[in-house]
Amino acid sequence: MGEIEIELRVNEAVTRSTVPPRLTLADFLRERCGLTGTHLGCEHGVCGACTVLLDGDAVRSCLVFAVQADGHDVTTIEGLDGPDGSLSPVQQAFRDHHGLQCGFCTPGFVVTAEAFLRDNPDPTDDQIREAVSGNLCRCTGYQGILAALRAAADAVET
Amino acid sequence: MTPATAGLDGAAGRYTGSRVHRVEDPRLLRGRGTFVDDVVRPRMLHACFVRSPFARARLGAVDATEALALPGVHAVFTAADLNPGVHEAWYTSMGKDVPDTPRPPLAEGEARFVGDPVALVVASDRYVAEDAVELVDVDYDPLPALVDYHDGPQADALVHERYAGNVAGSLGAPCPDDLAAVFASAAHDVSVTIHQQAYAPVPLETRGIIVEWSGEELTVWAATQAPHEVRMFLARLLGVAEHQVRVIMRDTGGAFGQKVLPMREDMCVALAARLLPAPVKWIEDRRENLMAAGMSRHEHGDLRMGFDGDGRVVGAYIDHTQDVGAYPTPWPVGTAAAVGMLFPGPYRVPRAGFRTTSVFSNTSGRTAYRGPWQFESVAREVLLDIAARRMGIDPAEVRRRNLLRRDELPCTNPNGMPYSDISPAETFEQALAMLDYDAFRRQQAEAREHGRHLGVGTCTYVEPTTTGMAYYGTEGATIRIEPTGTVNVYVSGGSTGNSLETAVVQLTADALGVDLADVRTVQGDTAVTPFGAGTGGSRSGSMLAGAVAETAGVLRERIVAIAAHLLEASPDDIELGESRAQVRGTPAAAVPLAKIADVAYFAPAKLPDGVPAGLEASGRHHARNPMIWANATHVCTCEVDVTTGAVRLLRYIVSEDCGPMINPSVVEGQIAGGTVQGIGGALFEHLAYDEDGNPLTTTFMDYLLPTATEVPAIEYGHVETPGPGPGGFKGVGEGGAIGAPPAVVNAVADALAPFGVEITRLPLTPATIVELIEGAR
Repeated sequence: MGEIEIELRVNEAVTRSTVPPRLTLADFLRERCGLTGTHLGCEHGVCGACTVLLDGDAVRSCLVFAVQADGHDVTTIEGLDGPDGSLSPVQQAFRDHHGLQCGFCTPGFVVTAEAFLRDNPDPTDDQIREAVSGNLCRCTGYQGILAALRAAADAVET
Repeated sequence: MTPATAGLDGAAGRYTGSRVHRVEDPRLLRGRGTFVDDVVRPRMLHACFVRSPFARARLGAVDATEALALPGVHAVFTAADLNPGVHEAWYTSMGKDVPDTPRPPLAEGEARFVGDPVALVVASDRYVAEDAVELVDVDYDPLPALVDYHDGPQADALVHERYAGNVAGSLGAPCPDDLAAVFASAAHDVSVTIHQQAYAPVPLETRGIIVEWSGEELTVWAATQAPHEVRMFLARLLGVAEHQVRVIMRDTGGAFGQKVLPMREDMCVALAARLLPAPVKWIEDRRENLMAAGMSRHEHGDLRMGFDGDGRVVGAYIDHTQDVGAYPTPWPVGTAAAVGMLFPGPYRVPRAGFRTTSVFSNTSGRTAYRGPWQFESVAREVLLDIAARRMGIDPAEVRRRNLLRRDELPCTNPNGMPYSDISPAETFEQALAMLDYDAFRRQQAEAREHGRHLGVGTCTYVEPTTTGMAYYGTEGATIRIEPTGTVNVYVSGGSTGNSLETAVVQLTADALGVDLADVRTVQGDTAVTPFGAGTGGSRSGSMLAGAVAETAGVLRERIVAIAAHLLEASPDDIELGESRAQVRGTPAAAVPLAKIADVAYFAPAKLPDGVPAGLEASGRHHARNPMIWANATHVCTCEVDVTTGAVRLLRYIVSEDCGPMINPSVVEGQIAGGTVQGIGGALFEHLAYDEDGNPLTTTFMDYLLPTATEVPAIEYGHVETPGPGPGGFKGVGEGGAIGAPPAVVNAVADALAPFGVEITRLPLTPATIVELIEGAR
């Protein structure tokens, strides 16, 4: 199986690699880049734990091949906090509202929320529910997650 | 010098009881957690299982020639390679003397469910391992399978040859004649059979383990609730000493019972590691998790309850039968007794009895799941609503007439459970008041006139938490106040989302009078943490509080002695707070903990007589009670679309008594998580098989978990009755998953009451609901 050279930006750093065509973007990020914050909960595109931003859009990195990201811009959960490790407003809202427990689904929710709130700065509660309905959480019953998104949205608004 | 603050009045309660931020959050929110799949070891190999595609088949030859020829493949192990390596395979919680059910690492002679591990492939990476799995040629000779446990006793097929009638075991007795006579003479004799479908814990992180054998030491990274049990179990399995095994877990992505014990795959990986030249990692994929990581909840009960003319219970009996699949973990018979013993619930039940039977099937094995006995509540609470409607009394009123009142406690239920420190009548009334039950009934009546079908359902239960028995009976803590005055507290670990790091840091900060930021905790590494049974049975809050109190008490005394000596004051006048010690009422006379630590480590000559150098201590809490009781009431309202069968939950209220709360946000998070799992079980989740034993729900497209669009906002009420253990704390991890299914079922049944529908089977999918309505029309 021939390997393919790719070059992409991962969290703003130019990254070059030679990868087998079947390597998923999720595995590329986790194994080649050491960015293990992107989690694999189902590997068939339903749970959303592996969500990353591809050119700014939230995508499931288990359903994208690394070669498809060639020439593109990828942002993972590790790229969202400040350079000093400070939490982004969305991350802080999750912390303030008990929006995570085991933390396995959390990176996917946070990345999804970042993209959603960027595009919908003034969402209704129903829109918030809809926006994260493609991400599964098994610990929180979604209560803290929904509260966190509401708070993050309200903070942006003011 | 820092001015003294008004808050400097002793250690109690500064953090405990408040909604402090979780200490786990910063790393998890930034993607810097360490889950088992994040761990990489030098030269690490990857494992993948060959699994049976048949529910039951005789196993012939395994031909691995082609697989072994694939570049990157290191080994293909069969039962003949791995299984003889087993020294002992029993769980500490059960002991070695129970009549345990079979548990071979790889299937031997016969495959017993679809997903049964038959061979283990080890390769340089997971992709190659999966390729090689496809190339392993197993000679299967399919046999007739027993798929539905209901057929077990009559089936020709035997899941395990030495278990006649496929019965793994039975406890209790058939309904005795005198109890039957009570039913026969009761004003209302209500019999009903209630069935619950198979569903599962489904943590978002699947199972996983890395095993590294150095020749002298086995190091294991595991997704687990109980690192010390993984260590003990694997040491026995491999015939090595416990102290030669080190188990490490940092972050585990949910567990809910599924990761409380090592299972067959973990055994295989550990056995294989000793035959390999390098560490080996196995990470389960979701298909395997839904196919082979275990099943729970699949059971039914033939129930009978008698009532007098006023709707008061005169007797109760449950004949319970549960599916235990092919390879249950652990031995399932003893734990099932809890279903029978708790069936009377928080009610005044003068006479009762039970029988429970565990039946094998050719499906995934039964595992523990959050409130493993919760069928007692499903059965009782659904039956109570059915009985209430048959008697023509409001279901809330039936409960009100039968709930145990505070003045009747403590008391022992007729099946032998010794209730104490509970408040079922109080949580019930609080939850109904939060809803405004009477107003809802008016709203419901009005809605019915407009063709809309609203319903309300409740569930009130009592739950034994924090068992004090045997393996679970003690918990240790080591606290090191380091030379700079910062604090590390070491406990066994097993936190899987339940915020045990935060809880331990809160408790320790208060116990030592130090700032929260000065305390860190180390958990989940058996090399440095004292033994503990991990997370399970809603035990961690109480047990860790006891362990911290026991240990911190010793250090507190030492700190006070040193401070008194340095400040030339009486120890009785020293108070601790904000990481320093001061003389009561004399803010200027204070010494920071950092200074005390400095003296303790670097200037031992300055210590008072009899005080040892250093500020380190270990202590162990010993539970004095067989269990600590908690209780709650769930109230749910819903609207059912009688055309589509869709259920929309409107309000969801939980009034819980878990005693004082260490952190209300954590408590409410546990309640919400469990409740939504229970809602999933009532409405969506079903680990289904076809009649040939093929699993039908091996993806999240088929196995439906609740999402953010299906869950209601959960409202919390708290009643605080202190329990008999440390701090009065009680367990709260499991209850949500116990109370929710019956509350939801009862709400739907209440909505459909005008149709004369009785609900006795779960889950309540739209198709099921439409069928029920059409059947009744």
